[in-house]
Amino acid sequence: MKKNIYKIVTATILFSLITASCSDEFVDRDPVYSIDSENYFNSKTDYENALVAAYDPLQSTYVNVLLGEIASDNTLAGGESQTDVIGFQQIDDMIHTPVNSNLRDIWNWMFGGVSRANYILEFKDKTAFEGKNQIIAEARFLRAYYHFELVKWFGGIPLKGDARFKIGDEKTIARSSVAEVYASIESDLIYASENLAAVPSQKGRATKGAALALLGKAYLYQNNFAKAATTLQRVITDKNYSLVQDYNTIFEAAGENGTESVFEVQYTDVEGAGFGCLQCSEGNVAVGFSGPRNYSGPLYTSGFSFNIPTAKIVNAFEVGDKRKDVAILDMNAWGLATGATYGQGYENTGYFNRKYIPRKRSANAAGDLNLTNPNNYRAIRYADVLLMAAEAYNRGGIDDAKAKLYLNEVRRRAFGDVNHDITASGAALTDFIWAERRVEFAGEGLRFFDLVRTKKAAQEITGFTAGKNELFPIPIEEIQFSSGNWTQNPGY
Amino acid sequence: MKSHYLLIIFLFFSTFGFAQSFDVGGIVKEKDSGLPIPGANIQVKNSTSTAVTDFDGAFTLKKIPSGATLVFSYIGYKNFEYKVNSNNSNLTIVLEEDAKTLDEVVIIGYGSQKRREVTGAVSVVDSKTLDILKPVKIEQALQGTVSGVNVTTQSGSPGAALDIRIRGIATNGENRPTTIIDGYVGELGLLNPNDIESITVLKDAQAAIYGTIGANGVILVTTKSGKKNSKSRMSYNTYVGFQEASAKLNLLNATEYALLLNESYANGGKTLPYSSVIGQGKGTNWQDEVVSSGVPIINHDMSISGGSDKVTYAVSGSHLDQEGIVGQQKSGFLRNTARVSLTADVTDQLKLKTNVIYTYFNRKTLSENGLGSVLFNALNVPSIFSTRNEAGQYTVVPNTTGLGNEIINPLAQIENTNNDYNFKKLNGNFGLDYKLVDGLTLSSSMGFNTSNAKSKDFAKAVNYGGKVFDVVRSSVTQGAINDNNYSFDAFATYTKSVAEDHNLVVTVGNTIFKEWGNGLYATGYDVPNNSWDFADIGLTTGIVDAKTNSSYTYDERRLSYFGRMQYDYKGKYLLSAMLRRDASTKFGPGNKVGYFPSFTAGWVISDEGFFGEDKKINFMKLRASYGTLGNDQIPNNGYVSLLSGEGTYVFDGSLVNGAATGQIANPDLKWEEARKFDVGMDMKLFNSKVSLVADYFIDTRKDLLIPNIPVSGITGNYAPGASAPTVNAGTVRNSGFEFSVDYKHDFSENLNMSVGYNVTFLKNEVLEVNNGTGFIEGGSFGVGQPAPSRMQVGLPIGYFYGYKADGLFQNQAEIDANPSQLALGANAAPGDIRFVDTNADGKIDANDRTDIGNPIPQATMGFNFQMNYKNLDFAVYTFASVGNDMVRNYERTLSDANRLNYVLDRWTGEGTSNYVPRVTTGATANNVFSDYFVEDASYLRIQNIQLGYTLNPNVSELAKITKLRLYAGVNNLYTFTNYRGFDPGASNGNPIGGGIDYGFYPIPRTYLLGLNINF
Repeated sequence: MKKNIYKIVTATILFSLITASCSDEFVDRDPVYSIDSENYFNSKTDYENALVAAYDPLQSTYVNVLLGEIASDNTLAGGESQTDVIGFQQIDDMIHTPVNSNLRDIWNWMFGGVSRANYILEFKDKTAFEGKNQIIAEARFLRAYYHFELVKWFGGIPLKGDARFKIGDEKTIARSSVAEVYASIESDLIYASENLAAVPSQKGRATKGAALALLGKAYLYQNNFAKAATTLQRVITDKNYSLVQDYNTIFEAAGENGTESVFEVQYTDVEGAGFGCLQCSEGNVAVGFSGPRNYSGPLYTSGFSFNIPTAKIVNAFEVGDKRKDVAILDMNAWGLATGATYGQGYENTGYFNRKYIPRKRSANAAGDLNLTNPNNYRAIRYADVLLMAAEAYNRGGIDDAKAKLYLNEVRRRAFGDVNHDITASGAALTDFIWAERRVEFAGEGLRFFDLVRTKKAAQEITGFTAGKNELFPIPIEEIQFSSGNWTQNPGY
Repeated sequence: MKSHYLLIIFLFFSTFGFAQSFDVGGIVKEKDSGLPIPGANIQVKNSTSTAVTDFDGAFTLKKIPSGATLVFSYIGYKNFEYKVNSNNSNLTIVLEEDAKTLDEVVIIGYGSQKRREVTGAVSVVDSKTLDILKPVKIEQALQGTVSGVNVTTQSGSPGAALDIRIRGIATNGENRPTTIIDGYVGELGLLNPNDIESITVLKDAQAAIYGTIGANGVILVTTKSGKKNSKSRMSYNTYVGFQEASAKLNLLNATEYALLLNESYANGGKTLPYSSVIGQGKGTNWQDEVVSSGVPIINHDMSISGGSDKVTYAVSGSHLDQEGIVGQQKSGFLRNTARVSLTADVTDQLKLKTNVIYTYFNRKTLSENGLGSVLFNALNVPSIFSTRNEAGQYTVVPNTTGLGNEIINPLAQIENTNNDYNFKKLNGNFGLDYKLVDGLTLSSSMGFNTSNAKSKDFAKAVNYGGKVFDVVRSSVTQGAINDNNYSFDAFATYTKSVAEDHNLVVTVGNTIFKEWGNGLYATGYDVPNNSWDFADIGLTTGIVDAKTNSSYTYDERRLSYFGRMQYDYKGKYLLSAMLRRDASTKFGPGNKVGYFPSFTAGWVISDEGFFGEDKKINFMKLRASYGTLGNDQIPNNGYVSLLSGEGTYVFDGSLVNGAATGQIANPDLKWEEARKFDVGMDMKLFNSKVSLVADYFIDTRKDLLIPNIPVSGITGNYAPGASAPTVNAGTVRNSGFEFSVDYKHDFSENLNMSVGYNVTFLKNEVLEVNNGTGFIEGGSFGVGQPAPSRMQVGLPIGYFYGYKADGLFQNQAEIDANPSQLALGANAAPGDIRFVDTNADGKIDANDRTDIGNPIPQATMGFNFQMNYKNLDFAVYTFASVGNDMVRNYERTLSDANRLNYVLDRWTGEGTSNYVPRVTTGATANNVFSDYFVEDASYLRIQNIQLGYTLNPNVSELAKITKLRLYAGVNNLYTFTNYRGFDPGASNGNPIGGGIDYGFYPIPRTYLLGLNINF
């Protein structure tokens, strides 16, 4: 029996040794080959890499552009059928509600951009190095860009300064007022315009001119004409940009990042994409969505036939306006001329948004061809700077002569002559400027917000309810997440 | 299911003698195999004299008093009594295996228990059931044979995964039960069915000893091993089968199609596409073109086992080759397995056991279960097209709006699909038991899995005429994946009886578990000759800017301590308590450790004095269990935020990769808790001919770990490559009732039968989704439509969320009397679906969506019947599922796509139909997700039917064959259902988004011919 006890004791000791050697340290291990986001920003490269990522969500603004057109009187939703992307269809008919996954995409993706920019700004003081101001300035430009999109679509949004939102903030941080959001945008863009290089180190990066142009736009959206005029005038005076004489070339691959491009969202077709993560595509998804269905013929390729131009926009072009055939592809005429054929989708008008429909594919094209078109989005063209400046000078009662000068600079390119110059002044000039914006930027996603800020929307858009449809509803999910912290926009 | 009866075959009779005592001798054999049983005990009743059979099963007993009774016994076999009346040296005693007796030992994790003492809800499937069911993959054998278990197929294609759900769906994360093969975590679906001795399913808190991995239930697999002191036993089994589709859909033929299209175009105000439908005939039946019959499946397996008094061994190998009924070799599955099992008594105290399994399989797949998959195309390509054009090439499906941009010729699609997946795995375990002193055993066991998978996918440059599947530039993507894990268990078991009646078993130990591995993928462009023969990255030349390579690596660990105490008083009052402490790398500092207690109790009422000797009730036990189990089956590293997002942009026309945050961190992540309550009763009635098991259970998952839970977008969780955090944010309850009854009876020596029936009623309810919205959505329906499935408080997980249809508008007056349906896409016209204004706010919009169906069956049941008559054996297995709904989503709702023939009953004028809406090319809201697309997919399936014939052993023994059995059978003979699709029992297995049918690959009906030979 004693021997047994001895045995048991030895065994117990051995057994405890085995088990004790497996202490809790066994489950303390660092994740393999991965970088903890909270231990980052240790070198200039870290900041540069995070900045690349902050640019990335610009590519998801494709849906802002697409819906900016569909919501307006320029285009119809289209698609395969009346139930194809029901969110688009409802916005087209102005019957959208807070239950709309496409509006939710805009909210989510733009806040994704805000978060990426704020990630850098949250850690802006961690590591010092030369050239940091440029990086911080680019990050602030991007934050302003995303904030501007959000304030246009949804009005006041929550702000947290130089910090990322954490889970739970939706229940505690209230929506700032529209004025507060614009104040943040202005502050970011003033900093950016003071610290960004005038000439980008790489095509696609934000520049001083881009910051000023966006700042001018932000002022104009607030009807702050004096500041808008001064700011936009600086872009014009700096002479870093000029109109491209052949309007058509602006929208072809060769015309990307040209002299007229103040800010351009960059896309490529070398990487595939899937419907599961449209915001991950490196291509311009809006282009494939806008392409003619089942197209067979020269120059273009097929798409999903959304964003169908109406006869109204086609007829808005004056006789002799060279921009019409650039902006609008009249498929029936094109078919007669070239033998091209296409399939009629829902709400077919025979017209397509020629600036942004797919061109024949490059040899490098990869993946789902409809989701990875390489067409850059010309976000701010110099023509926009000129027309915004003209509007600011005119509506601010500052200088109608300058307003006409800038307006006619745009018109002379459009008609190739001086016979179409505008000579009107005052309110009549305002109408001409607005009419010019409409045709100059047809298909570029500006129309809806131009109509809203000029209070013309109810007059031009069927179904538009004044006092309600100026803003889109906050997604129902976000209202629910906030547990009563955020109130819905009026009318929804 | 094993029979209970004995057979005695007296080959020779000796003369009756008057002597006072006799000498007897003979041989003891096993009934099934006819093999001799060495080491069987023979005891003379009421005396001390005993004997043991020798290596050949032979025995001799001398001078046995006349009238004495000999009791033959052997572990696992029923005792046999023989009364000695004469001298006889040529007795043949046949013992029958007796797996279902109450003394049967049940594996319960880190130990075993006699069945009569088991206090948890435990079910067992044995090798005999597997023999009859002939499953290609083991999971199939659990369908209908075990109550509380539901098995769904993801596809009928060879090698496709099956999903096992024990007592319902408890989480929107991982629902798969853990499989333990001979004490170590393994993969059930990869096993050779003939290697399996038994499958034990732990359904309640009994699984708590497995703690962290037991929340979804535990499946314990015991593989076959050799028996001590037995001669080598060799067995060879083979079958060959021919497969065909078990269901086909009724599609429109060419004439019907042309007529329908004309009507649809006319209703839409368009020119008729077919000026004449005469001569269209029946056209092409694309389903018949794509689905083959007589597709072969071949299986061979062989095993050798035996043992001496210290060592046992079992060696086996198998080969399975199955072609698919769609695409044949293009969806083929080939599996080879090999296994070695050894046990050795190194000393009297030290025992060693080891079991090693090698698995290889190769699988080829076609595009399945989605928009643009092969069957989806077969259902949607109009019958009006021929398969090939006059030049003999595959017909190109026209690229028109009416035919969409993804409907292509499915035959061309099969031809252009080339891929290959190779998988090799070695797994096994080594265990040592050391008996320190009487009652105290130390055990340690080391288990391991190591697997390598290679994949290759060739994207051939093809042109389908402008469809989305056109590939401009050929490419080949290759992957190499390496997964490993090991566990080390050390535990001590102490068994003690105090004062005879108090029995105590204490188990204490720990387990460490580590899994690690990596994966690497790369893509090469411009494959030489655009051919599969040259599809290897080594031969490709093209490069692109984009990152076409990717890799991952992981290292996850778990450390567990556990203790269990089992106590019983006279085997009548049974109690056990368990406690586990687990620590896991899945959780952050401060939350790594979880404690999980559980308790079980049992009361054998039939042992009570007051019960008396009831003839009707032979055994009755009441049992109950309650326990908490943990779950950590979530994506890795959820407590930190890693730079695994996508931050790619284009500068200077080239892609530049940056660094971005991936999943949003949740530092508060903690263990999910599964609280399992079970109360049950086991009974044996009428001389144990009838056995009953009934259980009521409530399983509640608290602090449900919900991966990628929707949270506010302001956190940046929708940025490219980012994702929402995993949050402990839900509660799901599954409650239900299980009942099973088995009856067996020997009518005569030649005729016996057994019948089994089991049923499970299940109610699933989500009690909490704590993310603000109160729901999580998933799944997809149609094109560009909102998610159709939800997990929402108060409803079953994954219920269907859409509009409610209320018949059809018969005339304009009815339309005018109802709210506008414009928000759904179009204003209604007569013949369109009338949707219900469920919230009665006077308008039909997205807020009117409601609960329109539930993919979870309310009840599942199995009915099994077996009969033996002389040398013939017959068995039928059936399974039924009641109350599960399925979404019909294999119709591409385009104007020119082919349709199922139910549209022939469509609305064509007032009063013609109140169910199938009119056809039109114009705008309608008929295709929004409504209950028009939800069908009742209840079904009853005859899973297996088999007839076997065993050759008289006396004849086969002439060829040294101890047993030879021939059989013929049919798997999936017939399915009774009203569901229109291919397979009412299929699902992609997603908790949210399951039960949506894109045209499931139908499960094959297989005609089998087989042979079993034992030497």
